[in-house]
Amino acid sequence: MSIVVARQLCKDYVAGDIVVKAVREVSFTIEPASFVSFVGPSGSGKTTLLNMIGCLDPPSSGSLEVAGKDVTGLNSNKSAIFRGENIGFIFQDFNLIPVLTVFENIEYPLIMVQNWPVQKRKKQVEKMLEAVGMTDQGHKYPNQISGGQKQRVAVARALVTNAKLVLADEPTANLDRKTASRIIDLMKAMRDEFSTTFIFSTHDQRVVKNAEIIFRLEDGELQTESNGQGGDS
Amino acid sequence: MNNIIKMAARNLRRYKRRTLLTSILITLGVVAVLLFISVSGSFKALMIGQITDSMMGHLQIHKKGYLASMDSLPLNRNLQEKQIAKIRGLLDGNDAVEAYSMRLKLGAMFSNFNETTNIRLIAVNPKQEILAAPMLQDRFLQGEKEGLLAKGEILIPELIAKGMKVKLGDSIVLVATNKDGSVNGQSFVVRGILEGISGPGGRDGYIHLEDAKSLLRIEGKEISEIAIRLKDMGDLEEVFATLKTTLSSFKNKKDKPVFEVHTWEKLSPFSKIAGMIDLMTLFIKVMLVAIVLVSIMNVMVMSVYERINEIGTIAAIGTKPGKIMALFLAEGLLLGVFGTMIGVVLSLIGIMIMNVSGISFDFGRQKGLMLAPTIAATDVVMVAAIVIAIAVLGSLQPAWKAAKMDPITALRHV
Repeated sequence: MSIVVARQLCKDYVAGDIVVKAVREVSFTIEPASFVSFVGPSGSGKTTLLNMIGCLDPPSSGSLEVAGKDVTGLNSNKSAIFRGENIGFIFQDFNLIPVLTVFENIEYPLIMVQNWPVQKRKKQVEKMLEAVGMTDQGHKYPNQISGGQKQRVAVARALVTNAKLVLADEPTANLDRKTASRIIDLMKAMRDEFSTTFIFSTHDQRVVKNAEIIFRLEDGELQTESNGQGGDS
Repeated sequence: MNNIIKMAARNLRRYKRRTLLTSILITLGVVAVLLFISVSGSFKALMIGQITDSMMGHLQIHKKGYLASMDSLPLNRNLQEKQIAKIRGLLDGNDAVEAYSMRLKLGAMFSNFNETTNIRLIAVNPKQEILAAPMLQDRFLQGEKEGLLAKGEILIPELIAKGMKVKLGDSIVLVATNKDGSVNGQSFVVRGILEGISGPGGRDGYIHLEDAKSLLRIEGKEISEIAIRLKDMGDLEEVFATLKTTLSSFKNKKDKPVFEVHTWEKLSPFSKIAGMIDLMTLFIKVMLVAIVLVSIMNVMVMSVYERINEIGTIAAIGTKPGKIMALFLAEGLLLGVFGTMIGVVLSLIGIMIMNVSGISFDFGRQKGLMLAPTIAATDVVMVAAIVIAIAVLGSLQPAWKAAKMDPITALRHV
């Protein structure tokens, strides 16, 4: 079963009398455990598409299935529940909660979203800390760690709920070359370990290079779908 | 819920100074209200206690129409023997009644053999009066208070004693007009000098009931009023209602009620002051509510505004709108609870200090009245509950705004 199935997906924004077509009749399918990148210039509709897949923004028309569920008409509460159960997010600015430690940031979705019991979530967080190589940093606050470490924490937070799908909007934009490369390697390793699907929107050629499937967008239209260098096929 | 509270506490700690300032504001409000309630309540209780326990009793029964013409002390509106017997039967059968005193009120001319003045007198049975107005003996400025007074003796108010230059043991003469219009005079020995107190009857003299009857040439039993003291003043409304209902069933030949019953509140002008104190307390409470509401709303609006991006993040990762709302409501709740708890502790310490140091004040001609501020647990609980509820209410709009925030817009916020 495909993890994402989009059919004739459209997204229009209305500003006064002007209708901006951000995404135009886009159709694609993404299989589980893929490493997928949406690329294209600014304003091409990458982030909008990612937001729709992430159930943050409803499509104007067309249909969208994520993890086997039609998410087209979910209300805000149901889409929040769906996101909490199925989707992890990685943000360009890391978006860690400053008052929580690294451990607590990773733990947050297990407490506030999925309500795991204490012992089970402690084990899970420790497992994720180890997976992203932050075992000895759990007690630190976000302002006490580097940008690369913050993004590692964000990766761990996205995966801690055993999400089927992780959406990353420009995940390496605020990282230096070396760190960005490590983060990409980490995400790929996570994909291999947890069989999670990673979908990116990016300008970063290093990310594009590592993608197995690349969707090129221009003016809201899907131009090409190709296999990247990171793919086996 | 526990986790939401923990998160809320963390969030409050991130803006320590702001949290502290808001808590201080709430604390000051709570302290001001609780101290005001305790001091004003103590003043009210002291004054009411003085009025009821040293003079008025908690309730009074008169013949219908007596109260309206009370200033002229009418003898033709006295209660007669049969009527007295009916009332006694009622009062003796009421468990809430501790004691009652039969009184005959009269006006007379007071002469020290050199000068003459008017005096208002309350004629009492001393044994009954001591039980119905136990603090009357505390009003003795001079004289033997034990037993109150005997036949042939008079207790005179301080003002008349000074004005007429009368001392303890002096003989004086009272001349009174009888019911039939004739006058009669009788000599008395000054047994005591009484401190005047606020309110009607606070500057009246006292004589024995038997002396009054002989002075007024009254035969048989006849009184102007019955002053009633209750075991518990909290029963006032209930006893009043019972007596009113029962007494209204006694009708005269014209089918009009024979008796009237009044609480001390109706009889004393101090009840108006007590009402003002209650109004001021309410006003202070409203001010507290306004302070808490504005300060909490201000803090929470700022808090939401500063954390828009964070709200977007937690919403994106799947936190339900209801939980986001609960998170911000919990912050308001904690601010309210924190400020209130400190406020209550400081207030109780303040009340303790006031009691230890002793606060005295003058009220009218009464000097050196000692306040003993106390506060009822129900008042503390009520003020705390109001403040905490308002703190949550003040957080409601910002919390609602946070919960309804579009995650995409919030994530774009810089």
